[in-house]
Amino acid sequence: MQPILRSKRALLLLALTGLVVLFMLMVPAGDGYVLHRTDGLVYAGGGGGGGSEAVSSEGAEAGKVEYPPAPKLKESDYPTISGINSRVFVWLVAQLHLWFAAFVLAVPIFVFIIEAIGMATKDERYDKMAYEFIKVSITAYSITAIFGGLLAISLMVFYPDFMKYLTLIFGDSFIWYALIFFAESACLYIYYYGWNAMKHGFRKWMHLTIGFLLNGVGTTLMLFANAWVTFMMSPEGVDASGVFGGNMWEAIHNHLWNPINLHRFIANVAYGGSVVGAYAAYKFLSATTEEEKAHYDWMGYTANFIAIAALLPLPFAGYWLTAEIYAYSQQMGITLMGGVFAWLFIVQAVLIGALFLSANYYLWCGMERSEGAYRYTPYIKYIGFVIVVCFLVWFTPHTMILTPSELKALGGQYHPILGPLGIMPAKNTAVNIMIIFTFLSFLLYRRANKIPTVSWASFGNGVQIGIFTAAMVNIMILGVYYGYFTNTVYKVASSVPQVVATLMVIVAGVVIDVFMYRGAKEVGPLKWGKMPERSQYALFLLAVSFTWLMGLMGFIRSAIRQHWHVYTVMRDNSVDAFTPTIGYAAKVVSVGTIIFMAIVIFIFWLSHLSGKKQTEYQR
Amino acid sequence: MGNFIKVVVFSLVVIWLYVVFSANYIPPITPAPPPKEEVLDLSEMTMDDFLALGEKIYDGKGTCTLCHNPVMKRAPLLERTAVVAKERLKDPRYRGKAKTVKEYLYESLVDPSAYVAKGYGVTGTNDTVSPMPDVSKGAIGLNEVELWAVVAYMQKLAGVDITVEIPRGEAVAATEEKKEEKEEPARTPQAVLEKYGCSACHKMTEEGMDPGLGPDLSKIGAKRDKEYLRRAIVDPNAEITEGFSPMMPDTYKDQMTAGELELLVEYMAGQK
Repeated sequence: MQPILRSKRALLLLALTGLVVLFMLMVPAGDGYVLHRTDGLVYAGGGGGGGSEAVSSEGAEAGKVEYPPAPKLKESDYPTISGINSRVFVWLVAQLHLWFAAFVLAVPIFVFIIEAIGMATKDERYDKMAYEFIKVSITAYSITAIFGGLLAISLMVFYPDFMKYLTLIFGDSFIWYALIFFAESACLYIYYYGWNAMKHGFRKWMHLTIGFLLNGVGTTLMLFANAWVTFMMSPEGVDASGVFGGNMWEAIHNHLWNPINLHRFIANVAYGGSVVGAYAAYKFLSATTEEEKAHYDWMGYTANFIAIAALLPLPFAGYWLTAEIYAYSQQMGITLMGGVFAWLFIVQAVLIGALFLSANYYLWCGMERSEGAYRYTPYIKYIGFVIVVCFLVWFTPHTMILTPSELKALGGQYHPILGPLGIMPAKNTAVNIMIIFTFLSFLLYRRANKIPTVSWASFGNGVQIGIFTAAMVNIMILGVYYGYFTNTVYKVASSVPQVVATLMVIVAGVVIDVFMYRGAKEVGPLKWGKMPERSQYALFLLAVSFTWLMGLMGFIRSAIRQHWHVYTVMRDNSVDAFTPTIGYAAKVVSVGTIIFMAIVIFIFWLSHLSGKKQTEYQR
Repeated sequence: MGNFIKVVVFSLVVIWLYVVFSANYIPPITPAPPPKEEVLDLSEMTMDDFLALGEKIYDGKGTCTLCHNPVMKRAPLLERTAVVAKERLKDPRYRGKAKTVKEYLYESLVDPSAYVAKGYGVTGTNDTVSPMPDVSKGAIGLNEVELWAVVAYMQKLAGVDITVEIPRGEAVAATEEKKEEKEEPARTPQAVLEKYGCSACHKMTEEGMDPGLGPDLSKIGAKRDKEYLRRAIVDPNAEITEGFSPMMPDTYKDQMTAGELELLVEYMAGQK
C-alpha cells in the first residue's frame, strides 16, 4: 500500500506545484495592469493579440484607478498549434475537470452525512462505507487538480487575451482560489488519513468537524469557479464596452451566479452518487463471498438513494436557472429554448428518461431483498407504465421532421393529437408526475419489509393517498386547463404551483412515513446481496447517462453565449466562434465521456489494487 | 475479467446509442454563423440595396424573427407596424418622443418600452415594460446605419411609402452575415436533382416515390418542350398545373447556375 500512497502523493504534489506555478504566472499579468494604472496610463487589456496600447487617462492622473475596455480581437490574435483544434482541446479538458470536480466535491458531502449517521446510530457499517466512499474520491482529487492545471494552461496558450481580460477583473480571486485549494487539500488529507486515528469519542467529533470544514472550503471553491463562468454569461460590474468598474464582488455576484450555484450543487451530489453507485456495482459483480456481495449491495443501494434524492429536486433548480436566463436576456433564453438548441432538449429528455427508468428499475429489483415486498409487486407495472408514458410525453417534439408525403397526410408540421404534447405545459406535467411516481417507488421500497405498529396507520395511509391524489389532480388541472385554455401568462405561471404540489407530496410523504413506521415490525431480515446481476447494470446506466448528460448540458450552457467570450462585452473572433451542431457536440461529449470512464476505471482499479496488497501483507 | 469486459461493452453501447440518436435522429440544423463586420460604401448605395441590407439584418444579425414570427408568437408580428404607427403615436399609452412614423419605428428599436403592444409586456407590468432589448446595444448591437436600414425594411414590409433616407458620406461600418463557402455547381442531372431536392415534391422517375405535392414529372418530356420546362423552373408561378397550389419557390433562378439549369432542362425533356 505504501508505494501506492507515495505515488498518489507525488502525483498530487506535482499537480499542486503546477497550479502554484500557474497562478504565479497569472498574477503578474494582473499586477501589470495595477502598476501601470498609477502612472497615468492604462493598458488596453492586451487587445489585438497582446499588442497592449497605452492610452492617456485623466482619471488615472487624478489617482483614480481606470480600467481598459474589453479587447477587440482579430482571428490572428488566437495562437494555434498545428494539429490541435484549440476549442475542442479546451472543451474536453474543461469538461473532464468539471466531471472530476463534481465528483470530488460531492463525495465529501454525503460521506460527512453518512459518517454522522454512523456516529449517531453507532453502526460501524456506516463508518466503513463512508471511508470506502472517500477512498474512491481521493485519487480522483489529484486527477481533478491535474485537469484544472491543464485547463488553466490551455486557456492561457490558446486564449491569452481573454485570460488577460478575466485576470484584470478576477485576478485577486484567482489568488484566493489557490489558497482555498490548499486549505481543501489539507482538510481532505487530514480527513482521509486521520479516519482511523480519530475514530472514537472526542476525536470523532474533531474528525466530523474537519469533514464539515472540507465541505465548506470545497463549496467555496466551486462558488469562485462559478463566478468566472457565470460572468462570461451574464457580465456585471462592467460597462457595455467591458470597462471594469473596480468592484469584483459585483462581477462575482452576477445575475446567474446563484442559480448556477444551486443547480451545480444539487447536480454534483446526484452525479457523485451515481459514480459511486457504479463503483459499488462493479465490486458487487466481482465479489467472491456473500459478505462482500452484501456489503457492496448495500453500498450500491445507498449510492442510488443519494443519486435519486438529489435527482428529484434537480429539475426545479434547472427551471429556476432557465427562468433567470430569460430574465437576464430574453434573446439568450430564446436561443436556449426556442432556437437551434430546442432539439437538444429532446436529447436531454431521452437521457433524463434513462436516469429515471434506471433508478426506478434498481429500486424495483431491490424489492427482492425483502419477503414483505411481494405485497407491492403487482403495483410496480402500473408505476412503470406511468413513468414510461411521462417519458414519452417529455420526449414528444413540438414540430416534426417529415417527408413531403407525411407532411401532406398530416396536414401540417404538428400532429393533431400528439402536437399539443410538444409544448411546455405537457412536459412540466409529465416531469412532475414522473417525479411523484419515482418517489412512490421509493416509498414502497422503504416500507416493503415493514409493518407499521402505530394505531393511526390506516389513517396515515389514507392521508398519504389523499395527498398523492390531490397533488396529481392539481398538477393535471394546472397543466391541462392553465396550459392550454388560458393565455401565456398563466401558462408559464402555472408551473410554479405544479412544482409546489410535487414538493408537498415528497415532504409530507416522508414526514408521515417516518412517524408511521417508527418502531415498525420487520417482516423478515433484509437479504443484502440478493440482487440479480442485471440490476447492477441499471447503476452503470445511471452513471454513464449522468456523465453524458452533464457533458451535453455543459455544452449548451456554454454555447448559448454564441460568438461571445463574455456575452455582449467581449466577442470571440477566433475561427471556432461558430456554434457547432448538436450532432458534433454529441460526438465531442462522447469522446470526453469515454476518456472520463477510462480514468474512472483506472481509479477503481487503483482502489482494488490497494486492497489486494493489504490482504497479502496480512497473510 | 469477464465482468470488466461486460461492463465496458455495456457502457460503450450506451454511449454509442446516445451518439447515434443525437447525430442521426435529431434534425441536423446548422446554427447561423457569427455576424461578420464589413465596410459598406453608402455613397453608391441605391434604395433597393438599402432595403436588402435591412432585410438581411432583420432576418440575421438583428435576430428580429427569433421572436417576431407567426409560429412562436412571442412578440407581435411586424408586417403592419408601419401602418399602425400613426395610431400608436396618438395612443395615451405611448410614452415616447417620436413625431413621425419613421421616428416611431426607430424608437421602437432602441427604446421598446415607449409603446408595448397589448399582451406582450413583461409579466406584472401591465404592458408598460417590453421584454425586448435595445437592439443598438448588447449582443445585437446594431449601428445607426443598420437601425435605419431595418426601419426602411419595416416600411417596405407594411407596403407604405419609404420615408427613410440613406445615410450618405464616408464609408460606414456595417455588418453582414458571413457567407457560406461557395458550393461547387452540380455536374450531372442527378446531382442537380439532389442539390435542389426536386423529388421532395415531384415524382422524378418512373420508379421514384410520388410525394404528391407537385405534378408528376417522370414523363414530362412527352408533354412539354424545353422552353416550357425552363420557364417552369425560373418562373414556376407563371402557369400552375390544375389541381396543385402555387407553392414552388421562385428562387431557383437566383440559386441555379446556367449550367445546372440546362442540365435539368435537358434531363426533363428526355423523360418520355
